[in-house]
Amino acid sequence: MPITEKPMERLKELGNKTLAQIEKKKNPDIELPVRVLSNIYFDEKSGLVRLGDKLSHRTYLNVAHTRKFMQTLMVAAECKKIIEQGVTTSIRDLYYALKRTIPGTKENTVEDQSESDPIIEDLEAALNTLRERLNLKADRKGYLAGRIKIIDGKDTIDASKMGSSGWAIPSNVEPEKIKFADVKADYVLVIEKDAVWQRLNEDKFWDKENCIIITGKGQPDRGTRRAINRLHNEFKLPVYVLTDADAWGYYIYSVIKQGSINLSFLSDRLGTPEARFIGLTTQDVEKFNIPKNVTIKLNKGDIKRTNEMLKYVWFKPKEWQQELNHMLKVDHKLELEALSAKGIKFISDKYLPQKIKEKDFLP
Amino acid sequence: MIEGNAIDNGKVKTAQMVSGSAREIAISEFFEKNRHLLGYDNKIKALLIIVKEGVDNGLDATEEARILPDIYIKVEELEKEKYKIIIKDNGPGILKKHIPKIFGTLLYGSKFHRLRQSRGQQGLGISCAVLYSQLTTGQPTEIISSTGDGKTHRYKLKIDVKKNEPIIIDEDVLDGKDWHGTQITFQCEGLYREHKQSVLEYIKQTAISNPYANIIFDSPTGRFEFKRGIEKLPKEPKEIKPHLYGVEVGILARMLKESKTRTLSGFLTSEFTRVGKTIAKEIIKKAGILDDKGEAFMMISPRKVTDDQIVSLVKAVKETKLMRPPTDCLSPLGGHLIEEGLKKELNPEFVVAVSRPPAVYRGWPFQIEVGIAYGGSITEAKFMRFANRVPLLYQAGGCAITKSISGTDWRRYGVQSDKMPTDPVAIFVHMASVWVPFTSESKEAIASYPIIIKEIKLALQECARKLSVYLSGVRRAQYQAERRSIFERYAHETAVALSELTGKPIEKIETDIKDIAEKNIKTIELSEQATERLEKEMKEGENKKEPDKEKADKSVQSSPEKEV
Repeated sequence: MPITEKPMERLKELGNKTLAQIEKKKNPDIELPVRVLSNIYFDEKSGLVRLGDKLSHRTYLNVAHTRKFMQTLMVAAECKKIIEQGVTTSIRDLYYALKRTIPGTKENTVEDQSESDPIIEDLEAALNTLRERLNLKADRKGYLAGRIKIIDGKDTIDASKMGSSGWAIPSNVEPEKIKFADVKADYVLVIEKDAVWQRLNEDKFWDKENCIIITGKGQPDRGTRRAINRLHNEFKLPVYVLTDADAWGYYIYSVIKQGSINLSFLSDRLGTPEARFIGLTTQDVEKFNIPKNVTIKLNKGDIKRTNEMLKYVWFKPKEWQQELNHMLKVDHKLELEALSAKGIKFISDKYLPQKIKEKDFLP
Repeated sequence: MIEGNAIDNGKVKTAQMVSGSAREIAISEFFEKNRHLLGYDNKIKALLIIVKEGVDNGLDATEEARILPDIYIKVEELEKEKYKIIIKDNGPGILKKHIPKIFGTLLYGSKFHRLRQSRGQQGLGISCAVLYSQLTTGQPTEIISSTGDGKTHRYKLKIDVKKNEPIIIDEDVLDGKDWHGTQITFQCEGLYREHKQSVLEYIKQTAISNPYANIIFDSPTGRFEFKRGIEKLPKEPKEIKPHLYGVEVGILARMLKESKTRTLSGFLTSEFTRVGKTIAKEIIKKAGILDDKGEAFMMISPRKVTDDQIVSLVKAVKETKLMRPPTDCLSPLGGHLIEEGLKKELNPEFVVAVSRPPAVYRGWPFQIEVGIAYGGSITEAKFMRFANRVPLLYQAGGCAITKSISGTDWRRYGVQSDKMPTDPVAIFVHMASVWVPFTSESKEAIASYPIIIKEIKLALQECARKLSVYLSGVRRAQYQAERRSIFERYAHETAVALSELTGKPIEKIETDIKDIAEKNIKTIELSEQATERLEKEMKEGENKKEPDKEKADKSVQSSPEKEV
């Protein structure tokens, strides 16, 4: 389903449809795609997590829905105003714009940003639009450095000349806002941890290896994932992902690769199915002769999570099954920083070049 | 029987004492060493027990004479931890000749030898109170009583603990008083408190279980009045003979020795209920007590039955089907009286009570009654246990009533609980019986016979079902109000947003939303009422199908093993 180019019309449509029900004295009803695991499927063909076609009905006359029903229309109305004014606003601003006390109660229209954020996602899914198209933006989270230029409005930014900080990836990297040019890299390396990204940036790893390095600082936000997606799709750059060797790191990889459950309606834009996992794996410990004392024993949560992941469709390839089982067998995990035990430049001089050269990836 | 051997021995020794036996010291030693068995373990409790003994006697006396009870109680602090306790009733009074014996002899009294529902069972309580006073302060107990003949007898008594006889310190006759009743004045050690297990709580609960009594209590902290709520006494209980299923070897041996009958057959038919000649013959034959011809030896003298034969007799009884004992010896309060009592003292918003049909444990008839009061002035869960209308304040944990309450699934009935209910409910459980199986002489907890627990649970469930219907009504009303308020609350902002999106006026949209909500609520309420009616009808249908307990009562003959 293509994302609508006319969010304003979709907003008005929502309003008119709802009002029409009210005028007919019917219980007003907003249809929303169900964004939970049970309505998600893994599309083998595209390698992406997709939203199923189950719809939920948010109705006014259901006491469990009434408040959310009101909030949904409030968010829609606020977005209409923002678009009309031609400004963009942060999702936090939106939260404050909506927040007021309901007369005669001690209750606010929204109590917390955690209440308004999911409503925005509901609306994106229901209207088949993007929050960026609704002129909403989130905090920046990801950073990028390498041989690439970024055209942002009238400014052109050379990401190879950003010193130690790198280019901060904005939440909206849609082509109408951000264009990439002069891409001279051979691949994109996505790193889970900012500290490791800084290490590689300091070593000018992207210069030596001729690549683009990106960090999402943990789970990457939408902007970062969209940027990875575009670099791959528009410039045919291979994408390699480097995370800790633990369940959380592998999960980050899976989100970059096939999208998340919550934003499954955006998987086409946010997922990069061709991404490959470069490391770390628990099997690297033997391969690279990493000292045993830098490994960390698995805790109960790790074991539980790893066992769950063994069952996920996207971890079904035998290489992943082998790695997850190996982790359970050796009963340890390790952080990226553990590589420093082999010397501070081990990661950039030895580990990554060897992995890329030998194409030692997990699917 | 739960009745300990110590008491039986005491009784036997008492008889020996009168005839000058050398073992007479036993009775005083018994009480001095075993005060705790009768509940005198501490000073707070001692005060409670003395008041309780006096009030129990007063209520028994008035009820037996079919007089609506007026009870006056005064607890006055004389000096630190020393109290004067006055208990006065408007009963028939006590005949002059009986006064010293009743108050000055342990185990004297009419109640121990008969089987009739009453508060006292052992003839032990009031004389123990006299003895306790004397042991702790050295003071005699004063009794003033009149039978209404214009004469008032006044006694000051102590107990000769070695002889188990009254010592009359002072006696005189006062005149000019036109009254009947008894007033007792004790002076004893004690400690007055007003917590959960106190004199005050005992009196409060007594006022609930005896709503036909007027009680005035002058406490060290002021006067409490518990007004009569209903001008009607419960049905008068009848005396019955014991039932063979409840008789053990020791008791049977004693009864055989003391019996005035000439034959074993005569003994069985005249001393026990529900035993006719045919049954007597069957038992004797089963016990293997045979004559020369190998037939049941009906004519053997009760005093010639050997110990081995007594054991065989008890065994034979267990294998014989006997009619259940008659139940007219019981005097239940009845659902109405319980509800009145709870309403009068607790002022609840809802009250329900049920009185189960009589049942039998080990040959003793008993009847369970339960009342549940909810809300109103009740702010926390309260559990009240009663045996023959007497509140039980101690040893809740070991009591069949507590076990039955915690063994009931309260959540099923919409009552919040952590084993015991935690919602503001007051649960009243009464066991009426000619012989309440207490776990000890101090009469604080009822023994957990399975049949007793079962009866209590059935009564609790019946009350809880009614409470749950009430609660679901209350909760539904709350829910409806909540629903209405939710629809109202969010209408305005919803209208504002829709107005922004559509350009239509806010007011019109808001009115429309509220209209829809109102229409919807009415539809829902109507359908809920219909469902409720349907549920009610179904429930009533179910109730009719429930096995009728009275039928079980009539049909008798369950095997004794099952009953025990």
